Amino acid sequence: MSALSDYRRREQSISYSAEPAGMGLEQELMTINMGPHHPSTHGVLRLILTLEGEIVRDIKPIIGYVHTGIEKTAEQKAYWKVIPVVERMDYLAYYFNSYAYCGAVEKLLEVEVPKRAQYLRVIHMELNRIMSHLVWLGTSCIDLGAIGVWWYCFREREAVLDLFEMSSGQRMHTRYFQVGGVIEDIPRGWAERVKRFTQTMRHRSEQYSALLDKNEIFLQRMRNTGTVDEETLLDLGVTGPLLRATGNPWDLRKAAPYCSYEDFRFKIPVGTTGDNYDRYRVRHAEIIESCEIIDQALDGLPEGPFITEDRKVALPPRHELATSMEALIHHFKLVTEGFRVPPGEVYFPIESPRGELGCFVRSDGSSKPARVHMRDPSFVNLQATAPASRDTYIADLVATLAMLDPVLGGVDR
Amino acid sequence: MPDATGLELIAQDLREKHPDAVLDTLHFRGEATISVDPAQVHPVLETLKARGYNALASLHGVDYYPEEPRLGVHYQLLDMTNVDRICVKVRMPIDDAHVATVCDLWSGANHPEREVYDMFGVIFDGHPDLRRILMPEDYEGHPQRRDFPIGGEPVIFTYNEDKIPGWSR
Repeated sequence: MSALSDYRRREQSISYSAEPAGMGLEQELMTINMGPHHPSTHGVLRLILTLEGEIVRDIKPIIGYVHTGIEKTAEQKAYWKVIPVVERMDYLAYYFNSYAYCGAVEKLLEVEVPKRAQYLRVIHMELNRIMSHLVWLGTSCIDLGAIGVWWYCFREREAVLDLFEMSSGQRMHTRYFQVGGVIEDIPRGWAERVKRFTQTMRHRSEQYSALLDKNEIFLQRMRNTGTVDEETLLDLGVTGPLLRATGNPWDLRKAAPYCSYEDFRFKIPVGTTGDNYDRYRVRHAEIIESCEIIDQALDGLPEGPFITEDRKVALPPRHELATSMEALIHHFKLVTEGFRVPPGEVYFPIESPRGELGCFVRSDGSSKPARVHMRDPSFVNLQATAPASRDTYIADLVATLAMLDPVLGGVDR
Repeated sequence: MPDATGLELIAQDLREKHPDAVLDTLHFRGEATISVDPAQVHPVLETLKARGYNALASLHGVDYYPEEPRLGVHYQLLDMTNVDRICVKVRMPIDDAHVATVCDLWSGANHPEREVYDMFGVIFDGHPDLRRILMPEDYEGHPQRRDFPIGGEPVIFTYNEDKIPGWSR
């Protein structure tokens, strides 16, 4: 295997055992601090490393630097005002955050979401998945010393953000999903632009493959590094591309379809060994599968309302306010107090770009949630840092951390 | 999700194995929930894990203020083979908020349990490393409790840094 170069062979010849390696020099364990302001930790993650020479013997993540109390804030706001707040948790997956929350509230309310709204949600979530994976690929390659890939990835990311801006007016934290549907129908010409984008994206992702898949340096950094087996990951509760890289095809979009995902044909990319290279290939393949889903959803986009007709939940259309007293009352009630939700507790899990994103909402019958909790995949997946990088080189730790793809906004909430 | 009958069968099975452990069952919006006595939650979860609910999807805390007992811990279990979920809930009073850790069953419970301890003050007996996780180490109180006030957090500047408790030089 050409990938296993001289460098890697020499590396593997080094003994990882505890006794000092040669020359009679005494070695001792050294504890160093990495972060919270470190370019390779993708946010304010602080790691306390115990090193023996260059080999990581133990690793403790310290988090909480961007804890903003979003779950506490959500308890002070009416249900529909919580959406922009929860969107700011995992700042690369805002459509997923808002969908998990809206889905939980819809489950409590037993609101029927129109088919068109479900399809529009799927299109936006899959665009968001592409965008999130592009940011991951670009920033990971910077960590590995390849700045070129970052420029290419962010070029495509800009195109996705332009699409978000066109459909909702915002590039990030769009507040596009509402309880019961989406806030507005897509503008004219948007569908064609999305189609053009998915075509370009397929082509561009091939270019990324050509750039990275057989790149000697990339392979040396990725192959057989950061390997964690499936059993350990399941024990740690790790989901998403990390689990799929070990060969376990667990994906909630297929396993327990929500939001009309059962209507679309798509494959779940899986890896074989669960090393960093598999993680890269799984996410890379997911970009193409997301393009497939978007194309199918655009082709089959049903006609009809884009938000529920239930006036107790969704705002009436603007034109009705001038003619209908009832619409005006509904509008006033929704904007001042918000809708009330029947008491109960639900847990609503979806597949975010990083794994199972679950939203727990408890209602006490008032117009504000009594508890909102996000089971954020980054928070749980971060526990895999130690098993993935123990007894490896500190340089491999940087690569592994990049491939674990934690988003600290989601970790700290 | 098990249907209402399936839930009762699971609860019946648990009652036989662990007398007095199951306090209540609830089937709400298609979700199955079993309320369990906090002293017996560990053996109950062990039984459920052996039954196929082998993944701990989520572990989170709730404050039921003003209801009593106030604090709650929810275990969202997942059966990946049959794609089935079940929720186990425990409730405990605020002055005796103790529950056994499940880190020995799922090592992934480590961070979530620390978060519940940090935010609600639930003590997980036997947890390997029960420290605050999101709030600073010297923080006082458990901010996610419903009676914890919002606002009033002093912002530290140079002029007031020696007046803020815990920050004197």
